[in-house]
Amino acid sequence: MHPSPDIGIWIGGLLTLGIFSFLYGDNPYYKFCEALFVGVSAGHWFITLFWTVFIPKLLGNIGIAIHTFRTEGFAAGMSDYMHWSYIFGGILGFLMILRLFPKIGWISRWSLAFVVGTTAGYYFINYLVSNGLMQIQKTILPLTSVGNIILVVGTFCGLIYFFFSKEHKGAFGGLARVGIWFLMITFGASFGYTVMSRMSLLIGRMDYIFGIWLGMIR
Amino acid sequence: MGFFERLLKIDRRIIFTLIGIAIALPLFFNVSMFVETTPVVKGVYEVVESLPEGSKVLVSFDYDPGSMPELQPMAESFFRHCFSRNLKVIIMGLWPQGPLQANWALDVILNEPDIKAKNLRYGVNYVNLGYTAGNEVVILRMGSNIHAAFPADYYGTPLDDLPIMKGIRNFNNIDFVYNLSAGYPGTMEWVQFAADRFHAVLGAGNTAVQAPLMYPYANTGQLVGILGGMKGAAEYEVLADRPARGVRYMFSQGIAHAVVIFFVILGNVAYFATG
Repeated sequence: MHPSPDIGIWIGGLLTLGIFSFLYGDNPYYKFCEALFVGVSAGHWFITLFWTVFIPKLLGNIGIAIHTFRTEGFAAGMSDYMHWSYIFGGILGFLMILRLFPKIGWISRWSLAFVVGTTAGYYFINYLVSNGLMQIQKTILPLTSVGNIILVVGTFCGLIYFFFSKEHKGAFGGLARVGIWFLMITFGASFGYTVMSRMSLLIGRMDYIFGIWLGMIR
Repeated sequence: MGFFERLLKIDRRIIFTLIGIAIALPLFFNVSMFVETTPVVKGVYEVVESLPEGSKVLVSFDYDPGSMPELQPMAESFFRHCFSRNLKVIIMGLWPQGPLQANWALDVILNEPDIKAKNLRYGVNYVNLGYTAGNEVVILRMGSNIHAAFPADYYGTPLDDLPIMKGIRNFNNIDFVYNLSAGYPGTMEWVQFAADRFHAVLGAGNTAVQAPLMYPYANTGQLVGILGGMKGAAEYEVLADRPARGVRYMFSQGIAHAVVIFFVILGNVAYFATG
């Protein structure tokens, strides 16, 4: 056993045990670790966004725009003028902060409307092509192999299950039932992957505790 | 109270303890489980194998320390594979912590004797462009001009001063894009914007939670392949003939799954036995 001499590793190990202590029951040690995690995360995100967005993107670009205007005036090129457009983003960001003031908080909806609108516009075509058309195209297959048959039948029956304009009775109901089976198998596979993912996280923590921290694993 | 009734009311902390033991104990034994490779993982491996020396590979690190156990082994084995084949690696991140994850993986791989012997140089053989805000819009911007999306690298050096970035303007100049993803923005955005819109050749490594949602993209060819969770990482290590953490962890994974399956069966037996 060769425990790490690094104080940071020790803090990480003790905080991991603190979070694990919740498995036994809620306790002050867990609450302290949880509050610390939330606080550090919030602080980290604030600083990250401040130094990667606010300073370089907003102030940096507006600074360039002002500098260009002072040195070149109206003779500046079109690309130089584009730096001024960041003011628009800055104003939208400022309007979001107005949510903190109940009387004028409604103004923040303008920023939200812009974000929702642009995102919908960006995604409309992409989803249609990537998740719609291309998937449909690759589902139209010749029924020449077991894999192709399963794919076509599974997709067809799955779609029938979600067709609610006709009562699920008779042959139609039978196909919908087959669709349910395919959906259940899909959910089962997804759940299996989720279990594997959670186990992986636990393996990572155990390796940290017994390997990196306590030095018990070679 | 009968045996099965007591079994149904078993304290969950007992199950937690048994799972903990099942995970931790195998780590002390250096056992390599047999790992069967699948076509979706081979897809990524074979694309890297087919690239000629000096090809440019873009790796986007879109995850944070929370997903390290699954994605860090993938990153390390991918770097090892690229460097051993003398490919040039361009690193970036759509998550703020991504580039830091890349540096940790680089620290491991660049210190391995065979890779160290190659004397790889920053800015020539590999570069870390860092993080830039904007999520999928960054990918869109890269499609027209990578230099506009990343004016400088992680350390503040202008891209024009880096030899590796000479002649690279957009995805047309990148031979392969590899995305390591734990959520949004991640593989779905890379498929929609880089692969489908700009026709980039794209492969991915995902957390196991996310992988089932991405397999349809591999089925259609939008992704050349995908590494799903720790199993995917282990498969890639086996294909590259360099078993490492992914393979070592699979023994714990196997034992833990066996315990979970045992309790699922036991719970069902107890449930039906008690009527």
